[in-house]
Amino acid sequence: MYSFASPRVAPVVKDIAYFLAHVPGMVRYGSKPFREISKEPALLVKVLERLRSFEAAAAYPPHQAFIGNLYPDDLWHIETPWYRNPPSNGHRRGLFGEIMPEEEFYGVMKICDDFDLLLLEEGIVKEVALLLERHPLLSSQDIRRLGSGVPQSRIEEKVHEEKALPLYDQRNRLVGCLQRGHEEDQSLIPEVLIENLAARASGVMALRFMLHGLATVPQIEYLLGCGEEAVGDRYNRGGGSLSKAIGELCGCTAATGSDVKAFCCAPIHAIVLAGSLVAAGIFKNVVVVGGGSFAKLGMKFRGHLRHDMPILEDVLAAVAILVGRDDGVSPVIRLDSIGKHDVGSGSSQQAIIEKLVVEPLDRLGLKLAQVNKYATEMHNPEITEPAGSGNVPRTNYRTIGSFAVLRGEMERGDLDHFIKVHGMPGFSPTQGHIASAIPFLGHALTKIRAGQMANAMFLAKGSLFLGRMTQLSDGMSFLLERNSGDG
Amino acid sequence: MVQLKGKKAIVIGERDGVQGPSIAECLLSAQAQVVLVQTQCFV
Repeated sequence: MYSFASPRVAPVVKDIAYFLAHVPGMVRYGSKPFREISKEPALLVKVLERLRSFEAAAAYPPHQAFIGNLYPDDLWHIETPWYRNPPSNGHRRGLFGEIMPEEEFYGVMKICDDFDLLLLEEGIVKEVALLLERHPLLSSQDIRRLGSGVPQSRIEEKVHEEKALPLYDQRNRLVGCLQRGHEEDQSLIPEVLIENLAARASGVMALRFMLHGLATVPQIEYLLGCGEEAVGDRYNRGGGSLSKAIGELCGCTAATGSDVKAFCCAPIHAIVLAGSLVAAGIFKNVVVVGGGSFAKLGMKFRGHLRHDMPILEDVLAAVAILVGRDDGVSPVIRLDSIGKHDVGSGSSQQAIIEKLVVEPLDRLGLKLAQVNKYATEMHNPEITEPAGSGNVPRTNYRTIGSFAVLRGEMERGDLDHFIKVHGMPGFSPTQGHIASAIPFLGHALTKIRAGQMANAMFLAKGSLFLGRMTQLSDGMSFLLERNSGDG
Repeated sequence: MVQLKGKKAIVIGERDGVQGPSIAECLLSAQAQVVLVQTQCFV
């Protein structure tokens, strides 16, 4: 006889962590810079001249908001351009995570390199080992995985004779290389493997930070990856999974996992699935984890060069979220609030927002202004506007607010006020899935727990059409609300 | 007023603005011939 393991329980978001790796030396290998520099090699000099120091990247106000040292609304009050007006020296660590310098991140990538494909120069390894030994999230076992490095001559030989990908620091010093994973496999070339290794390493750091911050670490039973990397060999390109590989290095020995692929809105799909697994009683604790999007490094660099500003897409961003059973305290994922963009929904912005925002709120009997904050595509406009891509969050907030006007819930003249109160400035690195709504989740948890906010809606869109298989879009949303304590 | 009847059109939409299929629908209603529809994501 079939029987459910337990009655349905409300799923809650117990914790979240973010991680930023400042990787100026890797910007040249982002998809756009790599293609442009290949066509015009002299561009590399201009790119190198426009890279930021770690101190500047750490102090950058949107990064400080990302790791929890500033509330996003604080950015309304900081003079723009933000890169010229850091409010104070940046703190490396924040309430929700940290920003790590590149040399240390190379070390973390080496720790995550199970197949010894990443070779780091021996002097660099010594320096990095000293730095990482002091890191609270890394153990002596991790430091042993760093190894002792290789001579510079061996790296040069690998680069020149075996087409290994040379790796540089910000000063353009050759510090290592990444080798192929197979002689003929185009899915295991270094340019692909570095994306996957960077995603694993950044995901590991986000998940470790989150687990480290918990008073009691629960047994994680399932891991849902939500990154945009494509793991696999020639027979299953992109069909592989990274979540378990991340959990392996975070002590999640009782967990298995799989990855959710849905372009930028994968994290929202994954949170809904995690909540459903918990509510159904299948698992008690599910982690959603997403590593950084390597390909998007330097994506708008042409616009930044044109405007004589630093290349701001110099960080990888990662996230880890713990979804568990109702504990009477943590904010609740309202599974009856799920919004989804269906195949037949239509692709206009109005149709998407109607499906993701208006319909779910109608179902719950809420007006649009009864949602305290909307977290939508949180891309930092200072990155996108110089490249002509507009202010994405503001566009979305205007569409949401317009529905309130159309429905007679608000006067047209109140639209700007609505955006200011229910929206926020974009503060996320343009890291695809990471920028989609979830950068606000940490802030929402804090405010809701503190009784300063009743709820927040998270909505994200996915660009299905980019894969040339359909003209369709996608989208998903949910409402997070204060725990009544009755559960 | 631009007359689009019979004109060939290449449509490039934007994810967070007006998407390709929406533009294409407008052009088709004006009796243009839509030869390519793409939507781009600029973030």
